[in-house]
Amino acid sequence: MAGIKVHGVPISTTTMRVLTALYEKGLDFELIPVDMKGGAHKQEPLISLNPFGQIPVLIDGDLTLFESRAVTEYIAEEYNDKGEKLLCQGCKKLKAITKVWLQVEGQQFDPIASKLAFERVFKGMLGMTTDPAAVEDLEAKLVKVLDIYEARLSKSPFLAGDCFTLADLHHLPIIYYLMGTDSKKLFQSRPKVSEWIKKITARPAWVKVLHLQKQ
Amino acid sequence: MAMKVYGDGMSACVARVLLCLHEKETEFELVPVDLFACHHKLPSFLSMNPFGQVPVLQDDDLTLFESRAITAYIADKHKDKGTDLTRHADAKETAIVKLWSEVESHHFNPAVSAVIHQLIVVPLQGEKSPDAAIVEENLEKLGKVLDVYEERLGKTKYLAGDSYTLADLHHVPYIYYFMKTSHAGLVNDRPNVKAWWEDLCSRPAFLKVSPGLTIAPVTN
Repeated sequence: MAGIKVHGVPISTTTMRVLTALYEKGLDFELIPVDMKGGAHKQEPLISLNPFGQIPVLIDGDLTLFESRAVTEYIAEEYNDKGEKLLCQGCKKLKAITKVWLQVEGQQFDPIASKLAFERVFKGMLGMTTDPAAVEDLEAKLVKVLDIYEARLSKSPFLAGDCFTLADLHHLPIIYYLMGTDSKKLFQSRPKVSEWIKKITARPAWVKVLHLQKQ
Repeated sequence: MAMKVYGDGMSACVARVLLCLHEKETEFELVPVDLFACHHKLPSFLSMNPFGQVPVLQDDDLTLFESRAITAYIADKHKDKGTDLTRHADAKETAIVKLWSEVESHHFNPAVSAVIHQLIVVPLQGEKSPDAAIVEENLEKLGKVLDVYEERLGKTKYLAGDSYTLADLHHVPYIYYFMKTSHAGLVNDRPNVKAWWEDLCSRPAFLKVSPGLTIAPVTN
């Protein structure tokens, strides 16, 4: 097996997404820390690996990838036979529905939830002040998405159907951060969403990623 | 039975799916959804897409939404005919196609759609004027994305390599609308991006879909 390398940091939501997929698959990898404060992600050698100057970057043999959701899909497909399944096996219908919910996370949930996490969590880390009006506006938008999730999860235990997939996994980092803030009420007040969060955050791979943050 | 696409050809997201169907030489039926009468918010539509957006695809008993999930489904189902949109025979090439598809999704689309929303959608809604600050902020973001594209397209003919793929296709409808605005210089002033765009809009599939892209932006 080629040695997989990940350039990233354990507190980064996008790095966490990729590390979770690697742990789910039981793959060995080396996490190469990036000096974000020093702007290493915007300079050589990383800027040549990802011209958008963002983490994570994954290197697997002669393949260099960025964009966390492209990276996790690669891991899920290339290493389909290893570790936990991250894509529904079997029929094309399930595969297609998984693609729908992968896009839902990327297009409907993340644009709102990541801005909310920025306001509630990351602004503080950067010495900036949370904007209460922005929080209120973002929460009002997020509840509309979560109502759809509540209805969906009343029909199936996971977003794409009966099995845990990348569509669930991609939500983990942002939900984790929001659950540590007052925004947690939006999730806790929805029983099916709550139950889903408990299930996906209990997975051993996710627990290992959180453990990395403590090191 | 032919696939059904619910939506209107003037919607960029619907056009994305129609381009894919034409590239794959796949028959389909376009079922109009009257967006101005808010039919996409009716319970009958929401039962297909709870987010109340077009397009929706029906293929026998399968109902899909999110245009990029639909194009991925069509490209996969018909991978052995028409244009190879996913480079499915090679795992590494497939991964690079997904990478540049994610770039479109998360870098290009938010910036260009914010500009199009101000210059096209807001005037259509008739209540407010375009927000110049939002346009300026997003033009700046779009410029930076296009700088990356300019460099990339100096190395490869298309974004994911030397073949046209979904990574290029997903850009087409919004670039088409963007080029109708007074900010087309962002594309035209970058020779590699310009050449790439001219190639994309000369494809037969595009020539079939573009007549439906009828909304005209405010010129400012």
